[in-house]
Amino acid sequence: MRKIHDFHGGIHPVENKHQSLHTPIRDAGIPAELTLPLSQHIGAPATPLVAVGERVLKGQLVAEATGLVSAALHAPTSGTVTAIEPRPIAHPSGLPAPCLVIASDGEDAWCELPPPCSFETLERPELLARIRAAGIAGMGGAGFPAAVKLGLKPGTQVETLIINGTECEPYITADDILMRERAAQIVRGAQILAHLVAPAETVIGIEDNKPEAIAAMCAAAEGTGIEIAVFPTKYPSGGEKQLIELLTGKQVPSGGLPMDVGVVCQNVGTAAAVADAVEHGRPLISRITTVTGAAVDEPQNFEVLLGTPMSHLLALAGYRAADNPRLVMGGPMMGFTVPDPGVPIVKTTNCILAPSAQELPAPPPAQACIRCGLCAEACPASLLPQQLYWFARGREFEKAEAHNLFDCIECGACSYVCPSNIPLVQYYRAAKAEVLQMRRDAQKAEHSRQRFEARQERLEREEAEKEARRAARKQAAEEKARRAADAGSGEADPVQAAIERAQARKAAQAAGAASEENPLQKLEKTVVTTRERLEKAEAKLAQARSEGADHIAALETGVEKTRAKLAAAEQALQDYQAQQTPAEPAPAGDAAQAAIQKAMAARAAQANKSPLEKARDNLEKLEARLAKSEARLAESRAAGEEEKIVEALASSVERLQEKVAAARAELAAEES
Amino acid sequence: MALMRVTSPHAHGPLSTSAVMQQVLLATVPGVLVLTAFFGFGTLVNIAFAALLAVSFEALALKLRGRPPGFYLGDCSALVTAVLLGIALPPYSPWWLIAVGIAAAILMAKHLYGGLGYNPFNPAMVGYVVLLISFPVQMTSWAPPRGAGEVPGLLEALRACFTPGSFDAITMATPLDVLKQNDALLVRDLWAQSPQFGRWAGLGWEWANLAFLAGGLWLLYRRIFTWHAPVAMLAVIALMAALFYDGGSSASGGSPLFHLLSGATMFGAFFIVTDPVTSAVSVRGRLVYGALVGLLVYLIRVFGNYPDAVAFAVLIMNFAAPFIDQYTQPRTYGHAGTGDGK
Repeated sequence: MRKIHDFHGGIHPVENKHQSLHTPIRDAGIPAELTLPLSQHIGAPATPLVAVGERVLKGQLVAEATGLVSAALHAPTSGTVTAIEPRPIAHPSGLPAPCLVIASDGEDAWCELPPPCSFETLERPELLARIRAAGIAGMGGAGFPAAVKLGLKPGTQVETLIINGTECEPYITADDILMRERAAQIVRGAQILAHLVAPAETVIGIEDNKPEAIAAMCAAAEGTGIEIAVFPTKYPSGGEKQLIELLTGKQVPSGGLPMDVGVVCQNVGTAAAVADAVEHGRPLISRITTVTGAAVDEPQNFEVLLGTPMSHLLALAGYRAADNPRLVMGGPMMGFTVPDPGVPIVKTTNCILAPSAQELPAPPPAQACIRCGLCAEACPASLLPQQLYWFARGREFEKAEAHNLFDCIECGACSYVCPSNIPLVQYYRAAKAEVLQMRRDAQKAEHSRQRFEARQERLEREEAEKEARRAARKQAAEEKARRAADAGSGEADPVQAAIERAQARKAAQAAGAASEENPLQKLEKTVVTTRERLEKAEAKLAQARSEGADHIAALETGVEKTRAKLAAAEQALQDYQAQQTPAEPAPAGDAAQAAIQKAMAARAAQANKSPLEKARDNLEKLEARLAKSEARLAESRAAGEEEKIVEALASSVERLQEKVAAARAELAAEES
Repeated sequence: MALMRVTSPHAHGPLSTSAVMQQVLLATVPGVLVLTAFFGFGTLVNIAFAALLAVSFEALALKLRGRPPGFYLGDCSALVTAVLLGIALPPYSPWWLIAVGIAAAILMAKHLYGGLGYNPFNPAMVGYVVLLISFPVQMTSWAPPRGAGEVPGLLEALRACFTPGSFDAITMATPLDVLKQNDALLVRDLWAQSPQFGRWAGLGWEWANLAFLAGGLWLLYRRIFTWHAPVAMLAVIALMAALFYDGGSSASGGSPLFHLLSGATMFGAFFIVTDPVTSAVSVRGRLVYGALVGLLVYLIRVFGNYPDAVAFAVLIMNFAAPFIDQYTQPRTYGHAGTGDGK
């Protein structure tokens, strides 16, 4: 028998669980419209893959995970996508969020699913891919994408895999009834998870107020080596950190993850969803949700399609809206109120609580804190809530942080016991938000400072360079004056003067070039280094693939990003070259002499030309440039270069064509 | 009807601040009964008049501060202050003494600092000390207990309070005082000679202390406060008394049992030291706080100028409470260190 440890504090609120346990899980059916928020999990919202008007089948992927920490979404039934727009959702902020709306056709036609298989035959990366593809996010309430939690760094050793069947919040019975009715599925899920993370031990933790669930789980786990650990009922023993301490005696370091103490923790609902996803290839499209509270006639548990409006479930349970001043998603301790009964069920909706006014009365006005210390006794994180409250109210955020404000798990035990009815958790939330905002602001200010300083430095450098060039020019002018004096004639040869000017310019350029890199060289360098980085990253990815590591996804995104950077750098280089080539000055030095002569010759020739000839010359030149540009455009089109480049070339061709037309008109005018 | 938007938690425990205060009031009943049985109706008159004044002063202060008196009077904290001060004052105190004490407690110690929860010093003890320093004669005149002298009736008690001039007070030194003044007799002989002494400590006092202990234990059982501060205080008093008992010589400081059951020991341990507002907040902090109160009580009783010392000891430690808090933060979950995590 496992030693059950204790954690500090905790409370024993009235459980109120029996009301919703009289009947088995009931199928909530298919509502006319399903609303799928794109963000039902912690991390980046999913990216829609379907368009409005498109027909989707049950289980079809409709939005894919964006980046690493995200989860995919699947159509819960067959039907037509009618909108992708912001809709009210169940979120503490009460703000609408982007949703994908599906009008169901009632056929409930499945899409083609991957063939059923047994998990022993699958390799770890494949297992992980299946879980990821199924869009499973933590079903206990937090909604952290399961695949991310399970994707371990190679070489990590998991001591304990904990399957959390605690369900310590009052009223909620979704996990309880799931364990009663689908114990075998949960155990298979636990086995899959154990296969995945290879722990030294696998434990399913359940509070002792669920004897039926414990019996069912014990029977299902018989002979699997999975341990069922039963511990006394106390809120919040289902909190991940508290459960880990209960079962292992270890504390997750502040700011760390359970993995830091060799523990991976998953909810029983998540385990069941994993079993479904791996064995049957079924994505996460439904869940068990408790509908309870005194304002419903028949509190019970439903198997409900994600996206079903809460009002649909409430109606099935006999909801009396007039008796229900507040509607809570989740339990009475950590749940939040929803703005409207029409908001959809999401992956984390374990309970809809519709209490009457007598059941959960409106909070009375807060009285003064008498520092009675009941909160400190109840705090499962061993904080001093009364001091935190003091600091939060006085906006002494440094002190609040020094008293470990950020270790507060917002379980609400302190507010529950507070005899003065102070909404303590609200103060901590507000203080946390302010501190985070201040941190962000500080970071921003630091960035601005760095940017300003860099700019200041650049301006100073440019000024210095300018100064150097000016000095060089001055010197050259003095030289010239001296030479003129030496020549004695007093009349300077214009050609000689031009040569001297060119030499002076060359000197000035040399003075500048020493400190300033040629932009062309810079761009080339960027391209080269980026290419090197890409090669390295690709090599790493290949190695990771061959080793079957779990962070392939992260590496893949890295490689893609580097590739995009390389493309951008190459394009920048090309653009620069394209812009520079026609105007590229002849290299300074000996060529300067030739250029001067050429220019003089050209000017002389020009002076002799008639306007007609000038126009003709101009047209010829333009036509030559046009031909060149057209050739370049055709070339890049054929090479399938980036759209941007092709577009830029096409527009320059157009411009040249206009110019040619203008020149033709001019010529025609001259000829006439 | 629009749905209410409030933050979690939605459930609330059954306890309220006024319930806490009412239970404290209830817990004083045995002690008050014993005091009345041994010393007559003086204490009851003290309490009744103090309560009337306290509620009036509280209402006045709230009115002046622009707070709704109805809501704030409902927390019953003024009544608690009045009852505690009424118990601490000598029976048959004149009305003006009580009035000055309550004014100091409610107006000065409580509302000048911002009212309930914001006062750094225990209001009842501030009232008591103001009186003790200002009117030492009246404050150190205790009536003799039943069995050692005449005990006035209710009418006489009322007369003593409201027409002090017409009342001939009979007073007697308290057992703590007697022991303190003694420098010639062995404790055993002193005990035999003085009518103030009872079985273990002062006549009447020992039973009053036991009654306050009973009330305190009931509050502990009701989980109104934790055991840490009172137990630490009593343990240190007992330890100090044991160290300086001296076998009962003429220089003896008195036995541990004598100190535990004398003066305001139990009343202080369970009704004054446990005042949450002015004590240290953490478990370790309360142990330190209680222990230091106990140490000061003993030192002042035996080596200081006053026969009893709970009020001074508590006020001095009220000063120190924030400092103690600074160094006794519990170890937060997931943080390294050897603090008090449990």
